Amino acid sequence: MASRLNQKPLKIPLRLKIGRYALTAHGLMSYFFLYAPIIILIIFSFNASKFVTGSWHGFTLEWYKKLFVDEAIGAALRNSLYVSLIATFISTIFGTMVSLAMERYDFWGKLPFDALLYLPIIIPDIAMAVMLLLFFVMVKMPLGRLTIIISHIAFDISFVAIVVRARLAQFDDALEEAAQDLYANNWKTFRYVTFPLLLPGILAGALLAFTLSLDDFVITFFTSGPGATTLPLRIYSLVKLGVTPEINALSAVMLMASFVFVVISFSLQKGGNGKVDLV
Amino acid sequence: MPGEFAVELINVAKQFDQVVAVDDVSLQIRDGEFFSLLGPSGCGKTTTLRMIGGFEMPTAGDVLIGGEIQGFKPPFQRPVNTVFQSYALFPHMTIFDNVAFGLQMKKVAKNEIKERVNEMLELVQLPGVGHRKPDQLSGGQQQRIALARALINKPKVLLLDEPLGALDLKLRKAMQLELKALQQRVGITFIYVTHDQEEALTMSDRIAVMNEGKVWQLDNPEEIYEHPANRFVADFIGETNFMEGKVSRLTDERVFVAVDEQVPVPLLPTRDVQVGQAVTVAVRPEKLSVSAEKKREVDIPGTVDEVIYIGTDIRYIVRITDGTTLAVREQNRGGLSAQRFSAGDHIHIGWYARNASLLTE
Amino acid sequence: MQTDKRKKWRVFGLIFPSLFWLVVFFAIPLVLVLAMSFGERGTYGGVEWNLNLENFARFFDFSDPLYLRIFGRTLYIAAITTVVSFLIGYPMAFWIASQPEKRRNSLLMMLMLPFWTNFLVRTYAWILILRDQGVINTIWVGHIHNAALWLENTLPWLPLEGFVQVTANPLPLFGTTLAIVIGLVYGWLPDMVLPCYAAIERFDGSLVEAAQDLYANRMQAFIRVIFPLTLPGVIAGSILVFIPSLGAYVTPDLLGGAKSVMIGNVIYSQFMSARDYPFGATISFVLMALMLAGTLFYFRFTVAGQKGEPNHG
Repeated sequence: MASRLNQKPLKIPLRLKIGRYALTAHGLMSYFFLYAPIIILIIFSFNASKFVTGSWHGFTLEWYKKLFVDEAIGAALRNSLYVSLIATFISTIFGTMVSLAMERYDFWGKLPFDALLYLPIIIPDIAMAVMLLLFFVMVKMPLGRLTIIISHIAFDISFVAIVVRARLAQFDDALEEAAQDLYANNWKTFRYVTFPLLLPGILAGALLAFTLSLDDFVITFFTSGPGATTLPLRIYSLVKLGVTPEINALSAVMLMASFVFVVISFSLQKGGNGKVDLV
Repeated sequence: MPGEFAVELINVAKQFDQVVAVDDVSLQIRDGEFFSLLGPSGCGKTTTLRMIGGFEMPTAGDVLIGGEIQGFKPPFQRPVNTVFQSYALFPHMTIFDNVAFGLQMKKVAKNEIKERVNEMLELVQLPGVGHRKPDQLSGGQQQRIALARALINKPKVLLLDEPLGALDLKLRKAMQLELKALQQRVGITFIYVTHDQEEALTMSDRIAVMNEGKVWQLDNPEEIYEHPANRFVADFIGETNFMEGKVSRLTDERVFVAVDEQVPVPLLPTRDVQVGQAVTVAVRPEKLSVSAEKKREVDIPGTVDEVIYIGTDIRYIVRITDGTTLAVREQNRGGLSAQRFSAGDHIHIGWYARNASLLTE
Repeated sequence: MQTDKRKKWRVFGLIFPSLFWLVVFFAIPLVLVLAMSFGERGTYGGVEWNLNLENFARFFDFSDPLYLRIFGRTLYIAAITTVVSFLIGYPMAFWIASQPEKRRNSLLMMLMLPFWTNFLVRTYAWILILRDQGVINTIWVGHIHNAALWLENTLPWLPLEGFVQVTANPLPLFGTTLAIVIGLVYGWLPDMVLPCYAAIERFDGSLVEAAQDLYANRMQAFIRVIFPLTLPGVIAGSILVFIPSLGAYVTPDLLGGAKSVMIGNVIYSQFMSARDYPFGATISFVLMALMLAGTLFYFRFTVAGQKGEPNHG
């Protein structure tokens, strides 16, 4: 990349006050556009109306109370956590291993394998969902939690790999050489130098995999079976049925949980090396 | 064992796919020596160093440390330590843990580690930084910690890969002197890689000048500077004037080279040459003098092309009859008898025969 | 050399689990789909493996262009989404880039935050907003209609009859193509903003000063210097919005109506209701081919310079 020593940061060449105000207004309104639905959703989760409506009928916590005792949602949450935790665990291990291989070694078939590794990221949700469903049907595997887990791992590996590989690429090889120079054999080098430095990246990858798995709808929809309803699936059926405003409360809770996750993820990355990746 | 070399390379070569990085290098490095590998980027000096350290394996030849063939031994089995160009301090460990790392790997007792680490930090003049992290130190400080981390293990040989490259000029010069003093005090063999010839000349006991994977001259600094063995070394180290010519006459004391078609230049017979052979005469600018009439044993007439005043010196670009230009450095002593010439003046360029080198390659 | 062999085993061990998983649960299913698109629906909903192009003919049937029409609509919706994302996203990126550095990071994080929440939930939020009884229409039929009525009463000489009429009924926002576009833009806006921002941030401000030194006014400087040089970011962003929009399923399903069905929905119905797996496979195949072409274009275009951002699956 070109040297940035002589570059000046961009100053908007809009000396006209109007132009500058317009741009700022647009910026602010765009952010409003981004956050309005979320805020509206959270507000309306407290709406005391029997139906899902846009008019305000007063404040209530009823829907939250109903949410916490809802059996179906409780089961869905348990399923989601079960599936996502297992899928995350396995895909993080596999993804980290494959990252080490791809960033450190050259081998026969590396390029096509690299393409294969990227494909799950590029392919549309629905195509992947279709593929997996057909596969399970063909091999006569019953659809359920197992098939969901398998499917999630199938795309999670690639995402973990992206994150960990990026972290590995920044890794200073000289550090491992220094460790070996100081009498650490391969295992000790990995344990005392490579792994600790890689850990933030691995955790970031795991967090990404967990989030993607937890939030996944289309692929899960196609590959799930009876008794294997995850939270997104439950939300979908609730939305389609349009029964009670409980769904507002559920949505609000999920939003806030996501926010918490993101904050944790960012602080994890900041703790690592002070730089924040916006994957 | 006496008579052994600290490090010996016997016909060592390294090839990466199609590229030959190191081409049949043989070196003998003595105990307690400050030995430098000097050369331009890509000459193979770093690869050679890495083969001694065990980070690369030779594709041919043997590396011996203390008389023992190293074979394919990985770095953690070799009695050498390295100071890396990027320092490679472990960012997630404190300075103390960094310096102590080698001892920890060797399972040295904790109280002994503590003692030796503090000793080392004193030695590199950074006492009390043990609890800090590498990114809290300046470049110069990090460099000294890298040094401490290596030296604490009392290696037989210390390998240094352009350790001063990232420092600014003033700090670099100071560190050069410090490193030299340290080496002499500790008495360990230093093998030092650099592309900075002034650095190598300042610090080294002996220098191996490398280019394209080969050693082009191996000697102490003075010999390398005063008597370069070939055109590359003459050109790479300092500044040199080259004059092409043919050998016209041989006597017991002198070789006469017909430079400039007419003027036979006498040189010391440092090589075996024959009459009619094409050779190069190399002289450094500071060894030349310009005067109105003939003054030295060697004398060539010429015309001043340019006069450049640099404060400490006055530089003349002089053209001789066959068109070759020579650069002459006259020290600006400011004496009363000092002559100043101008462009267009016809002058005599002179030097002492012993200050020129006869080069055949 | 001994170390070489051990290295080979180590590498193999590292990639084997992922290799196995991706081959068995990705590559093979992919091939399965491709193969099945050449098959035919069996009498009882199974698959007949006779190699033919019936399905493709059915999809690309120009005489009865049912599917082609849907395909065209999908392209159309994706294109509009991309254009709207650009119109909103580019100035947004510009504004962020003009902020002091400390604020920029917070702004970028705020941009990404919604992106990290559940897509289904966010799409549902728009249902809440756009429906006939949703937030917008509650205000429209309620407050705005009332305001119109009040105005009509107090200032009867104003020609407000039409306006009053219109505000008496809810705006048909839900179940339309418009709703889908809103939903898609909302979902993929960050994918447009980030590449644009990267290109704008990288831009050398002294070029603008040079242009102004050469008598360009602000608008000219923008059109002839800034925009062309940030174009790569715009194109990257466009592709990152266009491609996922092609494969949209949830958004048209929740926000669209029967008349605004997209390819994703057709695929769904082939598998879930019609049970015509081979035909569904064919449509998936066509969609994937299209998206692959787009992705290749993206990579070839951005390989010289920009880092490709992975989009969520």
